[in-house]
Amino acid sequence: MTNLQTSEISDAEMVRRAQAGDLAAFETLTARHEQRVYSLAMRMLRQEQDAEDVTQQTFLSALENLDGFRGEASFSTWLLRIATHAALKIIRKRKGLDSVSLEAATEERDSFDAVPHPEYIADWRQSPEELVHQNEIHRLLDEALAKLDEKHRLIFLLRDVEGFSIQETAGALGLSEANVKVRLLRARLQLREHLTAALGDPATRLIRSHDHAP
Amino acid sequence: MKCEELLAMLNEYVDGTVDPAVCAEFEQHMAGCNPCQVVVDNIRKTITLYQAGRPYEIPVQFRERLHDALRKKWREKHPGK
Repeated sequence: MTNLQTSEISDAEMVRRAQAGDLAAFETLTARHEQRVYSLAMRMLRQEQDAEDVTQQTFLSALENLDGFRGEASFSTWLLRIATHAALKIIRKRKGLDSVSLEAATEERDSFDAVPHPEYIADWRQSPEELVHQNEIHRLLDEALAKLDEKHRLIFLLRDVEGFSIQETAGALGLSEANVKVRLLRARLQLREHLTAALGDPATRLIRSHDHAP
Repeated sequence: MKCEELLAMLNEYVDGTVDPAVCAEFEQHMAGCNPCQVVVDNIRKTITLYQAGRPYEIPVQFRERLHDALRKKWREKHPGK
């Protein structure tokens, strides 16, 4: 079958063609994934120029290292890992942390004991399906994400937005799985707090009075 | 199970990776604790909303530059094609 529409050809097949020297196949792969890579970079770095640099580096590096792609992960996961490495370099440079990993700098303060309690507890006035069609919601989502520390934001983006496993997230960021888990919990709770303060129905607000008996 | 213990297991519960015995305890606690129920529901909705969020549009001019750079690099890597 050679008369398939381009859109029906899988990434895996496109990669095989690109590895065999087909530039059009590589450009198709780029066109399929550039939006996603750019979006992830924008959400990680919050700065257009940096997001463009990361996107360009990602696809140039993918081109350079295409023969090394063996399909253990999906092509998109492979690309997003490359993008994450590039974004981490920029973050470290911004912080002047050239030799210190994100983990070494912050791990000792992270434990489940110190997870903050939910404060604003209320049902949302609308469902996510209704909310997603409203323009203002996207600004709210970005604002809430911007309030997270980098370490929490990166983990949430990879795990919950991009669908990486805990193991893949840990691998991409050079963190332990235990560290990813506790940061993911904090990230989810902080985002919940921020969104519920804006989207919660005050009439259903609950006050957490005290700890319940076991 | 106390609210704090539930909080510590929240990821595993929401992601469906919690041990079945712990899951039963978790659900038993939630049945009698409205705030925990609402927090779990809020967290699920938070994740759903972010997953459904809109991607950033890639700037058109940047996209052109990107594809030019890729073609140039490709020709360097595959001379004569």
